[in-house]
Amino acid sequence: MRQTLDYLRETASQTAGPYVHIGLAPGAAGFDIYREELGRDIAGPNARGQRIRVEGVVIDGMGSPVKDVLLEVWQANANGIYPHPEGGGTVEEGFRGWGRVITDFETGEWSFETVKPGAVAGRHPTASGVARRVRETHPDWMGRADEAAARMAPHLSFWLVARGINIGLNTRMYFPDEAEANAKDPVLNLIEWESRRATLIAKRTDNDGGLPVYRFEIRLQGDDETVFFDI
Amino acid sequence: MTPAEFYQRDRRLHPPALTPDYKTSVARSPRLSMISLENTASEITGPTFGHGDIDPIDNDLIKNYAQTGDPIGERVIVHGRVLDENARAVPNTLVEIWQANAGGRYRHKKDSYLAPIDPNFGGCGRTLTDENGFYFFRTVKPGAYPWRNWVNNWRPAHIHVSVFGTAFCQRLITQLYFEGDPLIAQCPIVHTIPDPDAIEQLIARLDMNASIPLDCIAYKFDIVLRGRRSTLFENRLEGN
Ligand SMILES: [Fe+3]
Repeated sequence: MRQTLDYLRETASQTAGPYVHIGLAPGAAGFDIYREELGRDIAGPNARGQRIRVEGVVIDGMGSPVKDVLLEVWQANANGIYPHPEGGGTVEEGFRGWGRVITDFETGEWSFETVKPGAVAGRHPTASGVARRVRETHPDWMGRADEAAARMAPHLSFWLVARGINIGLNTRMYFPDEAEANAKDPVLNLIEWESRRATLIAKRTDNDGGLPVYRFEIRLQGDDETVFFDI
Repeated sequence: MTPAEFYQRDRRLHPPALTPDYKTSVARSPRLSMISLENTASEITGPTFGHGDIDPIDNDLIKNYAQTGDPIGERVIVHGRVLDENARAVPNTLVEIWQANAGGRYRHKKDSYLAPIDPNFGGCGRTLTDENGFYFFRTVKPGAYPWRNWVNNWRPAHIHVSVFGTAFCQRLITQLYFEGDPLIAQCPIVHTIPDPDAIEQLIARLDMNASIPLDCIAYKFDIVLRGRRSTLFENRLEGN
């Protein structure tokens, strides 16, 4: 008999549907139930670094705003550290690095405040014990790994769900004032079509009471379809 | 320390973006290929939650919005484990659910279905899995409801489920269905999933052993998140 692999299979995704707010942001659905809704404050009061505002809209294939989308953001702090046991260090007390973003149901516009993340360490050049031995004995074999290990430019990770989206979409927002770091970013450089890299770079629009404002429009389809990642 | 990578997501069991029988997907589906990304720190890490974030009553939908008494409907316990593809428990992870009431009506300012709002039912709950990955909720069984797709589509009774795991790349939202519901076979949203076994995995099983006699019937629903490699680092298995 053929041997079997005893892995389980991941549970399949289903759309979050139009009423995702009931579960994840009941205040937006129109009622108060929890002591505190999660994901309202991304950076917390003690976060160091530049405070910023990020705003945007998600646009469908007909050019209309997606008014019922829900986004989640995940980011490092100003030092490039994620608040996680494997995040690379410790972060300021109260820094969650994660937020939930609700749209205005009339316009589809969304915004949130946070701090600008720092550059994040890239993929480790020695992905396994074998790779480590290779690196030590044959440094010239490690070209690809070294390239992949370049620091990642400051970025926000986004995950978006809505009615009509069957599985949450992952993308990243980069900063327009980090041209040098963006040019070296190993993830942006993975995008074969250079013109599409621009879909991940926010536009600096304004100062909101001294707060830099970045605008990030996500296009689900069409000429400027945003790059989405299979992570 | 080298972070271990997650197994790649098997996109053949998940619904593709474009599923024309589910009409809303047509204008909301990316048409270009996703860029496959090997895990970086941004994907391997993810938000963590603790008992300070939620209240014990949050997993009891029979009581967490009750004003004048219990909500109307069939009292059910939904329980199970959150596991990864290596069949290892995922402890301390946040599970959030939302659902319609027993009449099939959501408490949402955008839901206008003619079935009545239940004054004692909010329709959402949340909990953390315990150290062995177990979770449970008490609620009432949601009703089927009609929706605009074809002229006569009805969603099978379902509970929406959101899970985090330990990494942003494990983030998952799905729906739980109930064993024996004839509407499952009819539903265009269920059938966005191309893999029949993957659909079966979304159907909670009646679990008489976990039901509470004369009080609450039970359904069991295990959730599997992406698994992770063990990394050979300096000739020994690291971590997990
Ligand atoms: Fe629903």
